[in-house]
Amino acid sequence: MMPGRAMMPATMTTGLLAIEGLGRLTLDTVEALGRFGLFLGHALVWIFVPPFKWKQLLQRIHFIGFRSLSIIVLTGAFTGMVLGLQGFLTLSRVGSEAFLGPAVALSLIRELGPVLAALMVTGRAGSALTAEIGIMRISEQIDALTVMALHPMRYLIVPVVVAGVIAFPLLTAIFDVVGIFGGYLVGVRLLGLSEGTYFGEMQSFVHMSDIMSGFWKSLSFGVIVTWVCAYKGYHTGHGAEGVSRATTQAVVLSSVLILVWDYFMGSVLP
Amino acid sequence: MIRVENLHKSFDGQRVLQGITLDVATGEVMIIIGRSGGGKSVLLKHFLGLLRPDSGRILVDGVDITRLRGKKLDRIRARYGVVFQGGALFDSMTVFDNVAFPLREKTPLSHAEIALRANEKLGQVGLIGMGHKYPDEISGGMKKRVAIARALVTEPEIVFFDEPTTGLDPILVNAIHRLIIDLHQKLRFTAVMVSHEIPEIFQIAQRVAMLHEGVIVETGPPEAIQQSRSPVVQQFIHGELDGPIRAT
Repeated sequence: MMPGRAMMPATMTTGLLAIEGLGRLTLDTVEALGRFGLFLGHALVWIFVPPFKWKQLLQRIHFIGFRSLSIIVLTGAFTGMVLGLQGFLTLSRVGSEAFLGPAVALSLIRELGPVLAALMVTGRAGSALTAEIGIMRISEQIDALTVMALHPMRYLIVPVVVAGVIAFPLLTAIFDVVGIFGGYLVGVRLLGLSEGTYFGEMQSFVHMSDIMSGFWKSLSFGVIVTWVCAYKGYHTGHGAEGVSRATTQAVVLSSVLILVWDYFMGSVLP
Repeated sequence: MIRVENLHKSFDGQRVLQGITLDVATGEVMIIIGRSGGGKSVLLKHFLGLLRPDSGRILVDGVDITRLRGKKLDRIRARYGVVFQGGALFDSMTVFDNVAFPLREKTPLSHAEIALRANEKLGQVGLIGMGHKYPDEISGGMKKRVAIARALVTEPEIVFFDEPTTGLDPILVNAIHRLIIDLHQKLRFTAVMVSHEIPEIFQIAQRVAMLHEGVIVETGPPEAIQQSRSPVVQQFIHGELDGPIRAT
């Protein structure tokens, strides 16, 4: 028969407590990851359960997409301008400034466009989304939807995820185009590179696979950001502090996952 | 008829409901009283299917709702109206849209019919002309009335009220209670209300149930509850500090 904890030496008890704590932490983590995965699974299933909430989808596209336009244009322009400036200075050292166009375009289309656009939308729309759903949770609005037999997953979450899938690639495309023109302004208009060289070399070096790589990344970022932000809002803690914590966690987790997933996609996609 | 049978619920080892047994007859106004944090809202959430018990059953017209999921549970919920403690009004919608919302989502009624019914309900709760306002532009008492209008607009058979008068001044408390009595007489729904507005609730209840330490300690008409010999009931309804209920 095992001796009771009271009869064990102190070091043994501490060791047992540490193992117990580790076990509990592991179980909690697995359970949380399971809930997190099931949340997306449910949302994906509910997309195909009629009736689809078109009005809510349009509202979410307007909120995530249209209202993020100004920040996307602004950050896209300056990212392209910085790339144009630094790229020109670096390439001119090795006498290759003719490749400024492809350098700017490939950096934006394959990497910076999807990642920076996603990070910007996370900060602007993702945080607001978590706060909005979180407030609906703590003020019992989600319970009200449930008892009206209107599934919150269909009414709240599905339109958000679908809007993310639609809006993120479009915003990324705008970011890329504005960024390329930002690079053009600095490289061609300011530093004197030929316009034909800038766009001509770009046409030679940028392939459809590069554009598709950026597209798949932005699409997956759309799912990741809306999934994380909606989940954190839906499972928010108590009171204003709970909503505040959920919002912070949503932005941090989304940002980290964007960077991690970007590396993964970058190493898998052609 | 609603029947609760030996309902148990614990959260993280803390036993909140410890064998609730309660009957609510069709068409009656049942008010559940008890201390704050005593499990009244938890019990209400079981009625609504928002929580599942550890053991026990809740029968609505003979159907055990604790075992239902999905569409079967939705069919029971379609018979419900719920007035949440804080109103739970959708803050992105106007007062009118809040009241019209269940009709738009759950019925095939035309826009004109929905407008007619929503305005009729707003009229019944004394809020004609307030439909264009947003929830944050109206007072607490008005919010409660909008919540009542929204709960009743689908003409439910069973209406749950979670502390519908908490935080209101005594005149508004009486006004809301009067409104509930009037609407109950007109619409004849079954009402289950959680409240601790004593003695006001004795004016509107047909039966009162006292919840204490996770069990129903006494059930009966208001007069019987007021004359109860239970020291728990007497201490609670008189708000005394000394007695079996600890003032913590």
